Amino acid sequence: MNFDFSEDQKFLANEARKFLENQCSMAEVRAILDDESKSYNEDVWKKVVEMGWLGTSIPEEHGGLGLGMLEMCVLAEEMGRVLAPVPFASSAYFFTEALKLAGSEAQQADLFPKIVSGEVVGCYAASEGPGNPDAGSLKTVFDGKTISGTKVPVTDGDIATHAVVLAKDGKGASLVLVDLSAKGVKKKVLSTLDPTRSHAELSFDKVPATLLGKSGDGEQLNDALLDRVAVLIAFEQLGGASRCLEMAKDYAMERYAFGRPIGGNQAIKHKLAEMYVKNEVARSNCFYGAWAVSTDAAELPEAAAAARVAASEAFWFASKENIQTHGGMGFTWEVDCHLYYRRAKLLAVQAGSPKVWKEKLVRALETKNAA
Amino acid sequence: MDFNDTKDEAAFRAEARAFLDKHLTPKTGARPRPGSSKDALQRAKDWQKIKAENKFAQITWPKEWGGRGGTSMQSVIWGQEESKYDAPTGPFAIGLGMCVPTVIAFGSDAHKERYVQKALMGEEIWCQLFSEPSAGSDVAGLKTRAVKDGDEWVINGQKVWTSGAHYSDYGIVLVRTDPKVPKHKGLTMFIVNMKQKGVDVRPIHQASGGREFNEVYFTDVRIPDSDRLGDVGAGWKVALVTLMNERLAVGGSPGPDWGEIMAYAKDAGTMSDQAFREKLADWYVAAQGYKLTKFRTMTALSRGQTPGPENSIGKIITANHLQDICNSAIEMQDHYGIINDTETMPGDGIFQQSFMWAPGLRIAGGTDEILKNIIAERVLGLPQDVRVDKTLPFDELKAG
Repeated sequence: MNFDFSEDQKFLANEARKFLENQCSMAEVRAILDDESKSYNEDVWKKVVEMGWLGTSIPEEHGGLGLGMLEMCVLAEEMGRVLAPVPFASSAYFFTEALKLAGSEAQQADLFPKIVSGEVVGCYAASEGPGNPDAGSLKTVFDGKTISGTKVPVTDGDIATHAVVLAKDGKGASLVLVDLSAKGVKKKVLSTLDPTRSHAELSFDKVPATLLGKSGDGEQLNDALLDRVAVLIAFEQLGGASRCLEMAKDYAMERYAFGRPIGGNQAIKHKLAEMYVKNEVARSNCFYGAWAVSTDAAELPEAAAAARVAASEAFWFASKENIQTHGGMGFTWEVDCHLYYRRAKLLAVQAGSPKVWKEKLVRALETKNAA
Repeated sequence: MDFNDTKDEAAFRAEARAFLDKHLTPKTGARPRPGSSKDALQRAKDWQKIKAENKFAQITWPKEWGGRGGTSMQSVIWGQEESKYDAPTGPFAIGLGMCVPTVIAFGSDAHKERYVQKALMGEEIWCQLFSEPSAGSDVAGLKTRAVKDGDEWVINGQKVWTSGAHYSDYGIVLVRTDPKVPKHKGLTMFIVNMKQKGVDVRPIHQASGGREFNEVYFTDVRIPDSDRLGDVGAGWKVALVTLMNERLAVGGSPGPDWGEIMAYAKDAGTMSDQAFREKLADWYVAAQGYKLTKFRTMTALSRGQTPGPENSIGKIITANHLQDICNSAIEMQDHYGIINDTETMPGDGIFQQSFMWAPGLRIAGGTDEILKNIIAERVLGLPQDVRVDKTLPFDELKAG
């Protein structure tokens, strides 16, 4: 039995934590929260790029570190802990994984080195409104050369230089690659529940686009992409949930009421114990997702969905009960609890809400049972 | 990251399987009902003897006590493999897992000579007598009295929820030897012969309808001072060692799980119910969370490390999970679900049966509330509850 990260991977986690605690403190997050003109933290982003983390799972011949998805999971958890206000997930999870899944050799050779250097910042544009888009509901159209339509919301859409877009063409849904500096691209920054991560509405008016993968494969590629990305987002959620438990515990130890720390009351102790249980359930399911995504296991659909469902529940519970444990202070702007509460909700609905993932999970179990 | 055995582990697993194959038949789908008959007890004793003779009983015990001198990981592997067969292990779990290790730790050479081998060979069965009607979660609040009379102690009082007392030969009993000192300081542990005069074992009629546990009444029961385990007044320390010896839980879920209810929903045509589908996803996630957390614990053992505290989440998850699944399964059958009949009901009525067991599981071996306190205090480091009973003499404490 070897169901844990290796010593090297744990070392990477430890180094990443030290780095982010120094370079991505809450002051860096608040610099974005409190300044509407900024959509991400450029200083932190530059340092993350310098660390080479964007190339973690990109092969060495394309300028990456040539590590694997397990190392990505480790980094994702650390980014989640500190609420990193940078487009890491968009570029390193969504865009990179889409290229890995469907990109031609030429597309990969062109874009991978630029992702690693930070010259290209990628994003993923699928959503067009409430609900999960599919070939039947998509309104954005690809005519073989250009796309037209509106995508909303697109995480990091205003920061990104390139996008992978889910669009409709003659054969159904397809993934296409778009250079966002082209004429006909309109970016409108959106106000969201989590201002520390940027979101935009992207409108395309006959914007040049090239196929990523085969025409008509869009739905299948979208599903495969989301399964892979779901595991990484789950690790971000796990990092956030773990941090919430630490914050709640630290506060419960130092806050005195009725002559002793509030953490001595069973109502608080049991609440925090429940947080711990949910976090461990999430961690174990995340590990399974990490195993499945790193080995391309047939179990990936249910493993990814279970990781997502467990981590969404854990982060939601931990973030709301962290505020509750902090009492009135937890409801102030200057205490960080609400930042985690905001991020918990963003990550829970990004790439499909828990309801969507629960349905995917049950379908995967049904498919398995039928086989 | 993988789920494979190391080379040594694989070799041990193969050896265990070969041995099990020779002596037992693999389990079928049907779940055995709780309870025991005389035949079942004899089968259990026979199986224990075969295991002991072949060094598969008590894998981690040192060889001098008849164990294998194996690793914790080997013990887990053995548990995994044995649980795949219809191995009758129930009657020995508490005695060999908790009581006899306490005798080894605190007993005299004469005790060890007399008791250990017979217990290991399945000739004598042990039970643990701690809980009392007024001392459950707060077990140190127990009232059963021991009064010194020459070289003997005279025991009077009542124990409760004693598993296997009706077929046990010996027990370890925690009693109060001094009510004038604070509660934890007035306790002492003894070995007691369960077949002697004054020991009266009565089955408890449980809320589930069954009678698997016992009350044990002690009336002027005499125990020689030489059968004391540890010093007079040091019983709490001895009891903590007993409880620490609880075996690493490696079993499966204690009742029907997501797979069973999914199979039932398919038959009943209710898989299209969206609310049910969402619940099913939650059950899968919880069951996987429990199973995979055990894998993390095993990984630490396999690497020769001390497991983290993550295993402490186990029973809180499984007991509540079981209760929830059974509740939903019954409601899914509408009015028909109230029928509690193993002959006619889907899944042999396992949902109805387990529905009535689940409340007990949430209490046995640490209530949900005590387990949450343990996580809060020992894992998270939060302060202990305010206690009014730690410094006062036991006989001045309020009780009710």
